[in-house]
Amino acid sequence: MTDSAGRTPAHSSRDPRRFPWQVRDSGQLLLVVAAGVWLVAAVAQTAAEGLRDPRIAIAFGALIAFGEVLRLNLPGDRETAPIGFAGALAYALLIKVGAHVVHYSAEQVVTVATIGMIIGALPHLAVGRPARVSGMAVRLLCIACVAYTFRPLAGNSAVEKHWGLAVTLMTALTVIALLLEAVLTALLRVDEQRARFRVALVDEMRVQLPLGAAVGASALLIAFAAEVMGLAALAVFTAPLLVTQVAFRRYAGIRATYLQTVRALAKVTEIGGYVEAGHSERVSRLAVAIGRELGIHEPQLLELEYAALMHDIGQLSLHDPIPGGATVLVSRQDQQRIAELGADVIQQAQVLGSVAEIVRRQNEPYRDTDHAANGRAGLVPSSKPSGPPPGPPLSSRIIKAANAFDDLVGSSLDPGRAAAAVQRLRLDTASEYDPATVEALSRVVNRRSVML
Amino acid sequence: LGKLSRAALIYIGAVVVSAVVLVARGPFAGLRWQYVVFLGILVIVSESRATQLRKGQLTWSSSSAAMLASVVLVGPVGAAIVGACTALGLRRGPHLLQRVFNTAMYALSAYLAGRAFLAFGGHVGLPDEKSFPAIIAPFAAAALILVAANHGLLSGVLWLTRPRDQMSSGSSGAGVGLSARLLLSDLGYAAYGLLMAALWSVVGFFAPLLVLIPLFVARWAVTQFAEQQKAYEATVGALCQAVETKDFYTRGHSDRVSRGSVMIAREIGMRGERVEAIRYAGMLHDVGKLGVPTKVLQKTGKLTEEEYSAIQLHPMRGLDIVREIGFLDEALAGIMHHHERIDGRGYPMGLAGDEIPEFARVLAVADAFDSMTSTRSYRGARPVAEAIEELRKWSGTQFDPAFVDAFVAALKREGWQLSEPPVIAADDLAAVTARDHDDPGAPLRVIDSL
Repeated sequence: MTDSAGRTPAHSSRDPRRFPWQVRDSGQLLLVVAAGVWLVAAVAQTAAEGLRDPRIAIAFGALIAFGEVLRLNLPGDRETAPIGFAGALAYALLIKVGAHVVHYSAEQVVTVATIGMIIGALPHLAVGRPARVSGMAVRLLCIACVAYTFRPLAGNSAVEKHWGLAVTLMTALTVIALLLEAVLTALLRVDEQRARFRVALVDEMRVQLPLGAAVGASALLIAFAAEVMGLAALAVFTAPLLVTQVAFRRYAGIRATYLQTVRALAKVTEIGGYVEAGHSERVSRLAVAIGRELGIHEPQLLELEYAALMHDIGQLSLHDPIPGGATVLVSRQDQQRIAELGADVIQQAQVLGSVAEIVRRQNEPYRDTDHAANGRAGLVPSSKPSGPPPGPPLSSRIIKAANAFDDLVGSSLDPGRAAAAVQRLRLDTASEYDPATVEALSRVVNRRSVML
Repeated sequence: LGKLSRAALIYIGAVVVSAVVLVARGPFAGLRWQYVVFLGILVIVSESRATQLRKGQLTWSSSSAAMLASVVLVGPVGAAIVGACTALGLRRGPHLLQRVFNTAMYALSAYLAGRAFLAFGGHVGLPDEKSFPAIIAPFAAAALILVAANHGLLSGVLWLTRPRDQMSSGSSGAGVGLSARLLLSDLGYAAYGLLMAALWSVVGFFAPLLVLIPLFVARWAVTQFAEQQKAYEATVGALCQAVETKDFYTRGHSDRVSRGSVMIAREIGMRGERVEAIRYAGMLHDVGKLGVPTKVLQKTGKLTEEEYSAIQLHPMRGLDIVREIGFLDEALAGIMHHHERIDGRGYPMGLAGDEIPEFARVLAVADAFDSMTSTRSYRGARPVAEAIEELRKWSGTQFDPAFVDAFVAALKREGWQLSEPPVIAADDLAAVTARDHDDPGAPLRVIDSL
């Protein structure tokens, strides 16, 4: 589809996921297999050579298991085990415990970390929580990477004598391990959620940065402090990480409750008979899928989700419900009033400023036909950055399309009906609907019917 | 400034003078200035990232860790200088006099902590493996003295400036409740001072940075949590208001019921977490009313059985809406049963006495009270005293007497912010409720037989 506005459609040639079922979970599988092979080799070698410094190995193994028990779910369905990861990194980076210089192989590090992780996963399995093997594999690969680089150097006398060199080396390796974790996790998310790699990576780094900094610092602290205070360092420097984890857990908890509450209260319009049952939820799911397809970053995706859930909240202020609630069928003035009223409601919360803006402009046509003639000149790509962006924000355009689609299709799962609805929206891309958004919608809908 | 009492000025003056004298006496010989400078910078950083506690100007920072590290590394005088670096903290707000007092207070506390460290046999300088078990006792003494002196001096100034609310914190009551928790977290942070000093021998200047990163991240997460919670509360409030806009007579009702329920909950000594839950339960208790057709709410005459059952169903509808929110189950039970009566004649299930969940019994009292004290289309707002009489009258039949008593006691102490009489604009979209289903003085009448 040609795009007269000259914007690069978000589904540019880089998109390798045309046929999602072909690559489904392949990344995860690859990762788990790689970690598995590595693991078997490492365990075999450790078994052949025997465990060195067993007391230290047991202490670190216990710490890793403990951390694995206390897994943490971060916003955006991310599972991490900060304490376990810090413990394993510290074990890989250890040089001395007290005056005793440790000598163990990288294979032993991998073995101890694995056994700790498996033991820590058992309680989760016991209460019926599924084990996320892919997350554990990512952590294991990062630890292995650090261990195989650092263990051969640990015995080096230069590293032992010059603390500056050791500190630089260890810090660099910790940073690399954390970056590697972000990259691998982002790759997995690309696979799972059909996000784009660059977007997923930036999102991953943004979410993981604070906790990653704490994990890295704690790992280094444990490794250094073991020299002064022996194995007590493990307990001492796990404590602040524990506090951090508790704080993050509460934060993640309130984030989840927030979303649940907005979801629940969005249903108010349905119970009041203003819109069809399930409408808000379906529009928000579709809008988020389109947003992800268009490469929107996570914070904006969350705002989009909120806006999509609450896009009809303005109907509450109407005296009589619109029959069936189909906003696509009522007059433009009424639609605009609903949008304005809804935006006013959201604005009162004073915290969702951009959400209110998205809701307010959800009905605006993609390009105003009245101004289309003079608008076209201004929409040439070269002059685009200078003026204000034409038309409503992307999130509003997405909600407009998703809302119209749902009004036409409803809860029906009939692929023919969906295709017809997409076709109808496509016919309106000259002024009403954003062509790039409609194309993204079409891809999301196609994928869905393929999976059915 | 002129508003400060003479006692307060003398007190502040005494703290400042003693801090200056103690530091000026020295000795400065053998002081390792590079440590002092570095730790001073750390204190400035900590102080610049201080957390505001409540609306008052009382702030809290993690600088105690750096001060205690300086107690070990550079002794009392050095520690006092490091403590005085709080003056350079880059944050707006504190008044000049406050800054002077804070600086002197920290310097004095750090000095006393340093003295305590020496008195209990601590040795100033880089600790190593050999100094380890022995250093703990003097360090613990130093930490205790630092925290005690800090809180003691601060409480003094808060107490002296209490009525005018000018110097440091909000009301003294909040200050006392706060300091118990602060005392503990200060002691926790203080322990990291020792770790900083201990690690110094291994990684030098890198040690404090490493120690502080996890602590800063923890603080960051706590701030994020607080912000998120505030945003959450605002959003719930706004959405509840949206539900209420349909009927301007009940505007603000949810908010006031929420406040009333919290008053009762606090009065009977509920745990903080449950108080939070009942706050949300109060806000959301009438969400299901939206499922009641407007014409039923507007009807002036008697209701048909069918219409009455539509009203009776609203708590269930409310439950349907909020069921998936990860609240305490108690809040859900409260929303569902807030129209039950102690004598078993309420709805939707006709539970009686203790069968009714506690939250529901609390909500029922606050709900009825706000209904009576608000203006309705068929009557004006009733005075608080009259509404209390009414609550007492129905106590034992409709309401749980214990919660009525608790509410009355809380009302006597805290007072009640009455709802504002509605202003009816000609073009208002809102509908007018003919009967308030919450009003115990005007129960809904049902046509007896059809």
